[in-house]
Amino acid sequence: MAVGEPAATAQFLLVTVAFAALTYAFVTSDFSLRLVVLNSHTDKPMLYKVSGVWGNHEGSMLLWVVILALFGACAAWFGNNLPPSLRARVLSVQASIGVAFIAFILFTSNPFVRLDVPPMNGEDLNPLLQDPGLAFHPPFLYLGYVGLSMSFSFAVAALIEGRVDAAWARWVRPWTLAAWLFLTIGIALGSWWAYYELGWGGFWFWDPVENASFMPWLLAAALLHSAIVVEKREALKAWTVLLAILAFGFSLIGAFIVRSGVLTSVHAFANDPERGVFILIITGVFMGGALTLYAFRASAMEAKGVFSTVSRESALVANNILLAVACFVVFIGTMWPLIAELLFDRKLSVGAPFFDAAFTPFMVALAVILPLGSMLPWKRAQLGRAMQPLWGLLVLAIVAGSLIWTIQTGRSMLAPLGMVLVVWLVGGAILDVWMRTGRVDLKSKVRRFWNLPRADWGKAVSHSGLGITIFGIAALTAWQQEDIRVAQVGETFPVGAYEVTLKDVARYQGPNYNATRAEMEVSRNGRVVATLFPEKRNYPVARMPTTEAAIDNGFTRDLYLVIGDPQANGGWAVRTYIKPFANWIWAGCIIMAFGGMLSLTDRRFRVAAGARKTASATPAVPAE
Amino acid sequence: MKRLILMLCLFAAPVWAVQPDEVLADPALEQRARDLSRELRCLVCRNESIDESHADLARDLRLLVRERITAGDTNEEAMAFIVDRYGEYVLLKPNATGSNLLLWIAGPLMLLIAVGGSAIYLRRRSVGTAPEGLSDDEQARLSELMKDA
Repeated sequence: MAVGEPAATAQFLLVTVAFAALTYAFVTSDFSLRLVVLNSHTDKPMLYKVSGVWGNHEGSMLLWVVILALFGACAAWFGNNLPPSLRARVLSVQASIGVAFIAFILFTSNPFVRLDVPPMNGEDLNPLLQDPGLAFHPPFLYLGYVGLSMSFSFAVAALIEGRVDAAWARWVRPWTLAAWLFLTIGIALGSWWAYYELGWGGFWFWDPVENASFMPWLLAAALLHSAIVVEKREALKAWTVLLAILAFGFSLIGAFIVRSGVLTSVHAFANDPERGVFILIITGVFMGGALTLYAFRASAMEAKGVFSTVSRESALVANNILLAVACFVVFIGTMWPLIAELLFDRKLSVGAPFFDAAFTPFMVALAVILPLGSMLPWKRAQLGRAMQPLWGLLVLAIVAGSLIWTIQTGRSMLAPLGMVLVVWLVGGAILDVWMRTGRVDLKSKVRRFWNLPRADWGKAVSHSGLGITIFGIAALTAWQQEDIRVAQVGETFPVGAYEVTLKDVARYQGPNYNATRAEMEVSRNGRVVATLFPEKRNYPVARMPTTEAAIDNGFTRDLYLVIGDPQANGGWAVRTYIKPFANWIWAGCIIMAFGGMLSLTDRRFRVAAGARKTASATPAVPAE
Repeated sequence: MKRLILMLCLFAAPVWAVQPDEVLADPALEQRARDLSRELRCLVCRNESIDESHADLARDLRLLVRERITAGDTNEEAMAFIVDRYGEYVLLKPNATGSNLLLWIAGPLMLLIAVGGSAIYLRRRSVGTAPEGLSDDEQARLSELMKDA
C-alpha cells in the first residue's frame, strides 16, 4: 500500500517530462516532429506556440494525462488524512485510469512521431484557435473533466471498502468542487470565445462537443449537492456514489464524442475510428467495472438519516432530479441522430431549437425551487414557515418581471422570466446570508457576517451567479437588435438608439495574416460612444479567412460590429448588433466559479486536511 | 468552436450569414424568414443553422424560404415544402412523429420516473429507523477534530 504515494508522484513527474519535451519542441519550432509541422509556424506569436501544444488531438491527450497524474499526485501529497487503505485504493483506481490513457496515447496517438525529412516551416495552427480566450480554454476544461476522475476513484474505492459515510463525503466533495469550478471556467471561456470570435455573437450552439462538456458539468453540480446530504445527514449514499461514477462516465463519453467523430461535430479534432474504438473500450471497462461493483455493493450502503418529505434533504433530492434529468435530455438529444439512424433508419438532426425547448424548463424549475430549498431547515420543515421571509422577495421578483413585461409589450416572455429569476435568486441568496446572522443588532450582525462559514458565502455567491447567468441569457436572447446593410464609406445609419458611421476601410499587414480593417464610429444623441475597428483577416499559411468583430463592452449592452465583403456597386456589407446584458452571462459563470472557490477554502475541509498532521506532530515534540 | 465547419464553409468564398441583398423589404416577413432559418440546418455544415451558415447552399435555402413566404405560404407550408425536397434531415427541431416521439417524451418521462421513485424513497426515509450513535473510531476522530477547532 505504501508504494502508491511514490508511484503516483513518479507517474506525474514522468508524464510532465514528456509534456515539457513536447512544449519545448513547439517553442523551438522543431519541425522534425510531425505534430509541430501540422500545428505550428515560425511566425506564430509565442503564446500560440505554447497553446499549440494542446490545440490538437495528440497534444491535448498528453495534457489530459498530465492533469490526470497531477490529480493522483495531489491525492498522494495531501491525502494523509485519509485512512491508508482508502487512500491506496483511490490511488490505484486513479493510476489505472492513467495507464489506460497512456496506452491510448502510445498505441493510437503518439505525439512524438518524427518526419524523415523535416520541412522548412510548419502549416500553422488553425487561426481561429490563435486567440487568448481559447489558449486557456482546453486546460481549464481538462482540469474539470479529469478532476471528476478523482470523484470516480473515491467512489470505486468506497465501494471496494464497502463504506460510505460523512467522512467520505467530506473527502470527495473538495475534489468535485474543484472539478466543477474548473469546468465552469472552461465552459465560460469557450462560450465567450465563440461570442466574439465567430462573428455573429452566438454564445452557445448545443453542439455535440459543447454538450459533451455540459453533461459532466450538470452531473458534477448534482454530485456537489448530494454529497452535502451524505456529509450532513448520511442519506442518499448509494445515489451519490452512482452520480460520482456517472459524472466521470460522461467525461469519458465526452472524450469519445470529441475524438471519434461519430457525431460529426464542428469541434472534433480526429475522425479516426481506431481512436474512437479505443476510448469506447476504456469507457466500457471503467463504467462496466464500476457499475458492476456498484450493483453488488450499493444495497449494503444503508442510510442513517431520517427526514420528512418537506426538508432540506428533499429539496436537494429535487435539485438532483432536475439536474440529472436535464443531463439526460442533453444526452438523448445529442445521441438521437445516431439512435434514429441505427434503429429507425431515419436521418435527422437535433439542434439548438430542440434543446432550447426541451432543456430550458428544467433549469427554470431548478431556479424556482432554489431559494426556498436553500433556506429549508434539515430533517423536518414547515413549508409555510420557510416561505415566510420569502413572500416579500417573491412579490418583488414578480413586480420586477411585470415591469419588464409592460415596458416591452408584445415581445417574448423570456426577458420578464429572466428578470423574475434573477431577482428571486440573487435576493434569495442575500436573504439567506442575512437570516443566517440571526436577529441581533447591526453591529454584531456585521461581525457575524464575517464569521459565517465560507461554505455559506460560497453557496450564496454561486447561486447569485446562476441567477445572473440566467438573466444574461434571457435578456440577450429576447432583446438583441440586429442590422444588416450595405454602407458606403462616410455613411451614417441608425441602429436602435445609436447612430453608426462607417468612416474608413483600410488594409494592413499583421504578423502572420493580412487584414481589411474598418473604422466605425458609434454615437448616441450626437455624442460619440465608441470608435471601433472590425476586421476581416486572411491567414495565408493556413489559407483561411476569419472575421474579427469589434465589440464595445458595456454593463448593460455590447455594441458588436462586423465588416463584410465589398459590394459590386460600391460600399461594404456591415452588420451591427446591440446585445443587451451579454457580459452578464460570463460574469455569472465567473461568480459561480468564485463561489465554488470560496466554498473550497471552507474551514471544515482545511481542518480535515490538517487534523492528521497535528496529531502526528505531537509525539515529535521532545518531552522535557 | 466551429473549427471544422468554418474550414469547410469558408474555404471557397468568405461570405457570411444573411447578406444585405437577401433581406426582404417587409420587416414582418423578414422576421418570419429569420425565425424559420434558425430551425433549418445547413446541409454541408456541421450543426449550424442556415441563419448562421456561411455556405452557398445555406444561402440558396435562405432565399428559398424567403421566396415561399413572400409567395404567401404559412410557416408550416414553407417548412413542409423544404422538408419535402431536402428530407427531415434539415429540421434542427425534429417533428414529434413516429419514433421521434421517444426523443420528445424522454425528458418528461424520466422526470416522472424520478419523481415517483424519490417519492417512494422519501416516504420510506421519513419513517426510517432512528440513527445509531457514532462508532468508537468515529468518536475518537470527532474529539480529535474538536481539539483542533
